[in-house]
Amino acid sequence: MFEGLGEKLGDVFSRLTRKGALREGDVDEALREVRVALLEADVALPVVKDFLASVREKAVGEAVIRSVTPGQMVIKIVNDALVELLGGVNLGLNLNAAPPAVIMMVGLQGSGKTTSAAKIARRLKERDKKRVMMASLDTQRPAAQEQLRILGEQTGVETLPVIAGQAATDIARRALASARVQGYDVLILDTAGRLAVDEEMMNEAANIHLLSNPVETLLVADAMTGQDAVNVARAFRDRVNVTGIVLTRVDGDARGGAALSMRAVAEVPVKLIGTGEKLEALEDFHPDRIASRILGMGDVVGLVEKAAEQVDREEAEKLARKMKKGEFDLDDMAEQLEKLSKMGGLAAMIDMLPGARGLQQKMKGVNLDDKMIARQIAIIRSMTKSERRNVKLLNGSRKRRIAQGAGMDVPDVNRLVKQFMEMSKMMKRAGKLGQSGLMRSMPGMMLGNMPPGGGRMPPGFGPR
Amino acid sequence: MSDEAPKGWLARLGAGLKKSSAAITGGLTRIFTHKKVDAATIDELEELLITADLGPATAAKLADAIRARRFEGEADANIVAEALAGEITKILAPLARPLDFDGAVKPHVVLVVGVNGSGKTTTIGKLAAELKSRGKSVMVAAGDTFRAAAIEQLHVWAERAGAAFFSGESKDAAAIAFDALAAARAANVDVLLVDTAGRLHNKADLMAELEKIERVLKKADAAAPHATLLVLDATTGQNAHAQAQTFRDITHVTGLVVTKLDGSAKGGVVVALADRLGLPIHAIGVGEGIGDLRPFSAEDFARSLVGLPAR
Ligand SMILES: Nc1nc2c(ncn2[C@@H]2O[C@H](COP(=O)(O)OP(=O)(O)OP(=O)(O)O)[C@@H](O)[C@H]2O)c(=O)[nH]1
Ligand SMILES: Nc1nc2c(ncn2[C@@H]2O[C@H](COP(=O)(O)OP(=O)(O)OP(=O)(O)O)[C@@H](O)[C@H]2O)c(=O)[nH]1
Ligand SMILES: [Mg+2]
Ligand SMILES: [Mg+2]
Repeated sequence: MFEGLGEKLGDVFSRLTRKGALREGDVDEALREVRVALLEADVALPVVKDFLASVREKAVGEAVIRSVTPGQMVIKIVNDALVELLGGVNLGLNLNAAPPAVIMMVGLQGSGKTTSAAKIARRLKERDKKRVMMASLDTQRPAAQEQLRILGEQTGVETLPVIAGQAATDIARRALASARVQGYDVLILDTAGRLAVDEEMMNEAANIHLLSNPVETLLVADAMTGQDAVNVARAFRDRVNVTGIVLTRVDGDARGGAALSMRAVAEVPVKLIGTGEKLEALEDFHPDRIASRILGMGDVVGLVEKAAEQVDREEAEKLARKMKKGEFDLDDMAEQLEKLSKMGGLAAMIDMLPGARGLQQKMKGVNLDDKMIARQIAIIRSMTKSERRNVKLLNGSRKRRIAQGAGMDVPDVNRLVKQFMEMSKMMKRAGKLGQSGLMRSMPGMMLGNMPPGGGRMPPGFGPR
Repeated sequence: MSDEAPKGWLARLGAGLKKSSAAITGGLTRIFTHKKVDAATIDELEELLITADLGPATAAKLADAIRARRFEGEADANIVAEALAGEITKILAPLARPLDFDGAVKPHVVLVVGVNGSGKTTTIGKLAAELKSRGKSVMVAAGDTFRAAAIEQLHVWAERAGAAFFSGESKDAAAIAFDALAAARAANVDVLLVDTAGRLHNKADLMAELEKIERVLKKADAAAPHATLLVLDATTGQNAHAQAQTFRDITHVTGLVVTKLDGSAKGGVVVALADRLGLPIHAIGVGEGIGDLRPFSAEDFARSLVGLPAR
């Protein structure tokens, strides 16, 4: 079924010639194939449409990395957008509530609620050392309460004793009272499977939600789910305020587009995935893995990443050679600055730096924008070739000329020169450091001494 | 199956349609309020097919077939939907076959297989009740030795249906199937329905276990199992292709039952499946109740896919 896809994309790629930046035509052609790939992967149509529109906007005009084709570049951009949409940071389960913190499991029939409830209980007990109780509110399916009781026994997790004939909402009340009295940290409520279109059962779920006030309401959904995923996500979101998704049967070979559909519609993260029938088969969600599975183009993505690394490494090596010889000059600095602005500006760059979370917030405060880079480049541009090679040539009159040429003042030129000197000093020292580490520290160094308008850098942000 | 069934199923389907998601019905009213048929009408129908899980390739193929019939300019957009339903009916009609029970074979052994949670055990319960109502004697065998309370669940269904119940001490599903066949012979029942544990088709060891069940049954009766039903959840998307293909290759599936068609999922993937594998579709599940099994009607199913009311 899916075999033809890679080939088709191969065709598109080879027809597209290599160009500096992605053009509308290239992008559209590649995205037509991506659309088919996403639909084959069961991403819901409305979600596919929105997603492609936003990717298109991102992709047009984007630079194509040397040694990859425009088509491959588009796939890489699509992949990154998928990862982003699937959600970056995994926050895990939220249990911040007065005990017992209630977790309510909801979903369609047979999606894996009862099994997932037991898996989560097991993890909270064994890993997080919580005291957990489970209760089955499933009065519909034959032997459902018995199923949860057995799973409780297997995991050593307490289950609420079954009272035959009790209604779901009454069981919920009893469970709450019992968990409170017995001092449990967490109460997991397993509920009967229900269809999104079943008014009566959806009302029941809403009532249970209202009276038990869960901190987590987990929508449990099968990774094999098709287009209906959007209807399910919407209905449960509207009625029980879903806080997270548990994607089950990820151990199958479904491409798992439902994860994207539900994430987009319910606007909540996928928190956990089920990877087997056994109770230890519960894992954290990794957006990148699911993204490459949905797209089915892991190879292309890997290839582009390698190519990008290669380009980075070559430049880093070149730079390192220059540094060792003490040849780093203002031309090199301008080149680095230009690269910085091409890479999507400072904000994007900072985002990519390890350990730089929160820095962006601070940056907003000092109004450090890409205009500043442009000003620095302008100053360097108005120097002569020999001045750029040898900064020592810069005397007062040369500085005045340069400032005038760049439409700035002499103090601006002085700041740039000072920054360059600092940088070269650090460069020499960094010669001993690893090259990749050096590349990483480049943007920080360049920002170091040149706040716009001469303002002060916030603490922890200036030169060290 | 039972004679009064179709009416109930139509009524239910109608109700299901009324309740079904705003997205789909919204799309529908847009199409049907078009005065004139234009290119957009067919594009919208193609999208409707995609949202019904037919898959992009099959949806495009069907839409192209309709485009070729040049409805553009026609006064009523309904004509196009009717034509599309007609095309789909043509694909499905040869496959709409009720499950055959040869009165001469006794016991007629039916193995029920499928991925986890698709509705195997429930379908066995419904099927047992259905057969009982036709005067057959039925035994059900608890071949799922893995899932917690799977045996108890089937036991409840056996009681509801008034069917004999067989379960064994062994954890080996093949051994249980073998013993169940002997018990069914001894009890002289007409039909033996064997439940199995849910398994994902990409798990070789679990699929090998199914193969073993078949092999062991054949030792007792070379013609057994006389039917192997693959239970498919209508909520499933394009992965149904891989499921059906693998289960058929390994266990000689003879027909499908499509469950959970009472929800908003349309189960459209079976259209593409029908085209590729040509497996008969015996019945559909439209609820969790004992009476919620219906014969598969190609036309009703096709009409529901394109959003037309059942006739
Ligand atoms: N392979 C696999 N099977 C799973 C996974 N999670 C659940 N299952 C199986 O799926 C089937 C249904 O699981 P249940 O937990 O009973 O599903 P449920 O949502 O509680 O079902 P209802 O209560 O009937 O709505 C069982 O056979 C489980 O063993 C998973 O991550 N992988
Ligand atoms: N709405 C609806 N629910 C159904 C239908 N068929 C089965 N179910 C429900 O789906 C869930 C799973 O059904 P089971 O019969 O336990 O599925 P199974 O394939 O035996 O599951 P495993 O043995 O765990 O693999 C139960 O909650 C059933 O009540 C149907 O046609 N419509
Ligand atoms: Mg359950
Ligand atoms: Mg079962």
